Amino acid sequence: MIPLNFEYYRPETLADTVDIFDKLDAEGKQPMYYGGGTEIISMGRMSNLTTGALIDLKEIADCKVLEYQQEQLVIGSSVTLTQIHETNLFPLLSQAGARIADHTIQNKITLGGNLCGTIIYKETVLPLLLSDSQVFIAGPGGQRTVPINSVFKERMQLGKGEFVAQIKVDKKYVSCPYVHVKQTKQDKITYPLVSICTMAVSGGIRAAFSGVCGFPFRSIAMEEELNDRSRSMEQRIDKAIDLTPGPILADLEGSMEYRKFIIKGLLNSIINQLEE
Amino acid sequence: MTSIAIGKDIIRKEAWDKVTGRALYNADYASPGLMHGVLVTSTCAHGLIKSMDYSEAQQMPGVKAILTGDYHPMLTGPVIEDRPPLARDKVRYYGEPVALVIANSKAEAAAAASKIKIQYENLPTVDKPSAAMSKEAPLVHEHIDQYRHVIPEVYPQANSNIVHQVKIRKGDMNKGWQASEVTVEGEFFLPQADHIAMETRNTRAEILPSGDIIVHSSSQAPFGVRKLISQHFGVDLGKVVVNVPLVGGGYGGKAPIQMEFLAVMASQAVGGRPVLIANTREQDISASPSKLSLEAKVKLGASRDGILQAGEYTFIVGTGAYADSGPRMTGSMASNCTGPYKLDNVWCDAYCVYTNHTYATAYRGFGHTSFTFAVERAMDKLAAALNLDPVELRRKNLIKAGDTSPSQVILTPSRLGDVAQCLDKVEKLINWSEGSRVEIDNNRIRAKGVACLWKTSDSPTDAIAAAIVAFNSDGSINLNVGAVEIGPATKTTLAQILAEKMKMDVNRVHVEMEVNTRVSPHHWKTVASMSTYMVGRAVEEAAKDAINQIISLAAIAMKCSPEDLALGQEQVYLKDDPNIYIDLAHIAHGYKYPGGNTIGSQVIGRGTYVMPHLSSLDRENGKGKPGPYWTPGAQAVEVELNLADYTYKILRAATVLDAGKVINPKSAKGVVMGGMSMGLGLGSRESFIYDQEQELQNTSLRSYKVLRIGEQPEYLVDWVETPNANAPFGARGIGEHGIVAIHAALVNALSRAAQVELDQVPVIPELIWQKREEEKA
Amino acid sequence: MFQLTGEGLIELNVNGETRKALVRPADTLLFALRERLGLTGAKPGCENGDCGACTVLVDGWPIKSCLMLAVEAVGREIQTVEGLNGAPIQKAFVDKFAFQCGYCTSGFIMNCQGLINIHPDASDEVMQEWLQSNICRCTSYQEITEAIKSVLITENT
Ligand SMILES: Cc1cc2nc3c(=O)[nH]c(=O)nc-3n(C[C@H](O)[C@H](O)[C@H](O)COP(=O)(O)OP(=O)(O)OC[C@H]3O[C@@H](n4cnc5c(N)ncnc54)[C@H](O)[C@@H]3O)c2cc1C
Ligand code: FES
Ligand code: FES
Repeated sequence: MIPLNFEYYRPETLADTVDIFDKLDAEGKQPMYYGGGTEIISMGRMSNLTTGALIDLKEIADCKVLEYQQEQLVIGSSVTLTQIHETNLFPLLSQAGARIADHTIQNKITLGGNLCGTIIYKETVLPLLLSDSQVFIAGPGGQRTVPINSVFKERMQLGKGEFVAQIKVDKKYVSCPYVHVKQTKQDKITYPLVSICTMAVSGGIRAAFSGVCGFPFRSIAMEEELNDRSRSMEQRIDKAIDLTPGPILADLEGSMEYRKFIIKGLLNSIINQLEE
Repeated sequence: MTSIAIGKDIIRKEAWDKVTGRALYNADYASPGLMHGVLVTSTCAHGLIKSMDYSEAQQMPGVKAILTGDYHPMLTGPVIEDRPPLARDKVRYYGEPVALVIANSKAEAAAAASKIKIQYENLPTVDKPSAAMSKEAPLVHEHIDQYRHVIPEVYPQANSNIVHQVKIRKGDMNKGWQASEVTVEGEFFLPQADHIAMETRNTRAEILPSGDIIVHSSSQAPFGVRKLISQHFGVDLGKVVVNVPLVGGGYGGKAPIQMEFLAVMASQAVGGRPVLIANTREQDISASPSKLSLEAKVKLGASRDGILQAGEYTFIVGTGAYADSGPRMTGSMASNCTGPYKLDNVWCDAYCVYTNHTYATAYRGFGHTSFTFAVERAMDKLAAALNLDPVELRRKNLIKAGDTSPSQVILTPSRLGDVAQCLDKVEKLINWSEGSRVEIDNNRIRAKGVACLWKTSDSPTDAIAAAIVAFNSDGSINLNVGAVEIGPATKTTLAQILAEKMKMDVNRVHVEMEVNTRVSPHHWKTVASMSTYMVGRAVEEAAKDAINQIISLAAIAMKCSPEDLALGQEQVYLKDDPNIYIDLAHIAHGYKYPGGNTIGSQVIGRGTYVMPHLSSLDRENGKGKPGPYWTPGAQAVEVELNLADYTYKILRAATVLDAGKVINPKSAKGVVMGGMSMGLGLGSRESFIYDQEQELQNTSLRSYKVLRIGEQPEYLVDWVETPNANAPFGARGIGEHGIVAIHAALVNALSRAAQVELDQVPVIPELIWQKREEEKA
Repeated sequence: MFQLTGEGLIELNVNGETRKALVRPADTLLFALRERLGLTGAKPGCENGDCGACTVLVDGWPIKSCLMLAVEAVGREIQTVEGLNGAPIQKAFVDKFAFQCGYCTSGFIMNCQGLINIHPDASDEVMQEWLQSNICRCTSYQEITEAIKSVLITENT
């Protein structure tokens, strides 16, 4: 039950979406884009939401795409985690998504919503960072397609009125060897203690993390250490862990020391698997 | 004689209503015109309410009234009256209700509630039970000595946080310690946890122009609600009507009375119109009562041959910010403090103390889950010290008929049951002999743990039950009892008892699922696993009464002596010639002669029951009889621990209870497995987490974790049947017992697997890691 | 473009019927089903997506109706437990004693029904993945597991 009152719009084209955003914004309604709504409804119920209007992106044709276009896999932002999982066109993304929330909620969570939400985990971004994906963004200023590694800095850096319409992944990454692990405090259905996505590409191992710092990230510096085969495995991992882009979390899921212990163990087994 | 209904897997009466979504729970009854109350709860764990600004809220659309602690000041509580339904002047826990907004719709009420601004002046907090005992501890209640006592046997200590103390003094401790060649000591901690009934607590109330107060509530205690509403609102008992439909889980959490006071106040404030107050999940966890916390010290002494000589137990029971049934549970824990072991020298001090946490109430097991953990962990430590197998140590010391309980009740087979058989059976079920610690490979260890339990009712000494058995003109029966159907198929079990007594098909016994205190006969409360026993006894009495009426009438109709007649399959027949009979349908509403003259009328049997010879615990030595009988049992768990990251799987969990007589095997097994599931939750993941300011951190099911499908072990359940002479068909209560020792068995297994002493719950992988690191250092 | 700018009537296709409901755009589907259409089989247990008691099928897929706006469901096919007429999974729940208080049952059954529709031959692993979306506090899940497995097409049957 959401105490707040707001209006609801469901446009069907990118152009209409931008137009309606502009109009509602001009009316002072602080419009918000609406994907699966799982976060918006939860926040609304707790009265943590201030918006006068929601713009539902789920009927926009461009945002519903899920197919190969030439050498790129195109995933619309309204595609749900379940659709990604059931079609399994990008196995690493499909696996990472299949560990978010629970199966029923995955029927509702959209890729765009997970990438752009306030939750600190955003676990679907990890495979996208590793695969140098492109983000197709639409907004009042027009449309742009940018590398995710430049537009995702701790969170998606969007301008006012901008929204994610599509994600594009080069085919070559889709079939790279990968390992995904999500370790939790105790339960299967819960936030990560640590979530790691890794991929073996020609240049070595790539790794992206969630639940380690207050935001999901891929760190080139850490990857360099991890790939430094001149050192012992323990040294590679220790060096890498020293380079996290922010302090390692200590929260309800676990202490910082325990997280470190878990990350080390996981990286050890992941690297062994990928370097076999 | 083969039975008709007892020992049969009868499908519960309301089964099809439940799988079609047609079974109605309290919040499913919508009515146009129903108003909604939304609570505002404290964001401060201990503080003075400096100011409350609800001017903006009052102006919001749909708002009809805003109530605060000054609206209808009262203090409530089942043992000692210490709790205002809405906080006045000060708050004592995070989540405590401070205001109530009533509006036309829930959304409007919630919108207004979010606009109420409250300022608190923070006071120092009491964060755990042992801290509450310290001389310097802040006082949660300043005037503990001025509260009214509802029962005489409660002993609060002025200028302290101690609201009750129970002592057990049995035997001679000096002698016991002298005979002890080996002693072990342990300190244990069990944090607060929540019931997590899937239906959150909710109540609807209205006040009719006649002055009748009509309450509809998701309650385990409709008659308790009626009594307290009558008392606190100054209305005749009979003018309060409490209705309880099917309840979506209780586990003790719906026995206390909280929402009902608020709903009646709310209705009062809007001219008697119906108002519904329904907890959000967050409120159900933080504002409504929870499971108590316990800090325990256990010291055991034994002779070299492993015979227990002395037991010393200190229990500091955290009842949270208000006493509720905490003092009663403290007594219950003390009176059974040894677990099902023979000990001639027992010393127990149990304190019930206030903290600045959510207040505690009954929770499946009534305190037994908590102290049993301490006792059973201590038994494993003793086994290690004696170099004895843990099962063997227990077997040597199990309590038997002829021994006495800590509160000095003399035990008989009927009262106690046979715990030795339970342990033997569980040992086989879990295959103990194959080894209690096995290394599977470099990283994986399989280990087993075992624990024993016992529990009695710990009910008030005057708890009563009753039943009405009214015949329909077709010979079928309507059974009306005051017990609530909260899940364990109580009503179906009672129908089975009645059908057996009447020797008729259980499908011809119709049970009213709802309770209405104006229509249903009295029942104390649907708690303590006592409904089958107490109400069952009343049903038996009612059956006897009805059979007498039927036989006397049939004797007239059949022109013979009542002694010549018997009843079965809805016929009254001649004992020496069953072919001469009269259909029950022809007697149930009176017998009509061929000419039309009728004698007799509707057959209505009535039965009542009170548990005999219960007594309260003596203040100095704890002597007293806390319940009519015990249900004992033994439990075991097998785990697989991964040493790489200390994650573990619970592979198998076994329980054997002495059920006296199993009336509905499948239902009974389900209830026991459900209890085990909850207990494994408490052992492995569930607990309240407070921050520095004592604000509860995990108030939603996102952060308060319970077991989900796939995380459960394989469950093994078996029975011993030592009849309880007083009970219907000898049946002992089993509703709670599956939970009591299962977490102890789990943690015994985990401690064995990890080779560290785990003396608290929940055991999450990080805890094992931490203990292993400490060990290394 | 579909829109609802204030409280208004929407049409919902529920259990094969078109029903009108007066809702605010902010009302959840759970609210509309229960309070406007009298379909109280779906239950609130957390209204936060955590418990699954509110699960219904939308276009055949299980959805937590507390995390869907009623307006979002316009144009979709909704099935609630009241719309199951003697489905095998209902009988399986009865036969296996797969519930006690019954409060979680509608949600569990709808999730099971979704699985039976979409993956009638689901493996144990898939079955668990789906059913982990729901909480039952009364049973041990062993009974629910037996119930769903008796309806899924497994290799043994
Ligand atoms: C029980 C539960 C457990 C969860 N556990 C996890 C977990 O472990 N890990 C994890 O990563 N997530 C988890 N989540 C998911 C997370 O919290 C969000 O609910 C989810 O990612 C939001 O997706 P949505 O499509 O529903 O977004 P919405 O609620 O619709 O939107 C979320 C935010 O994103 C914005 N937005 C939506 N779509 C777009 C777009 N295309 N472009 C720009 N902005 C957009 C919205 O304006 C809003 O601010 C969990 C959720 C639940 C309910
Ligand atoms: S009420 Fe919807 S998931 Fe709990
Ligand atoms: S049957 Fe009670 S919660 Fe599942």
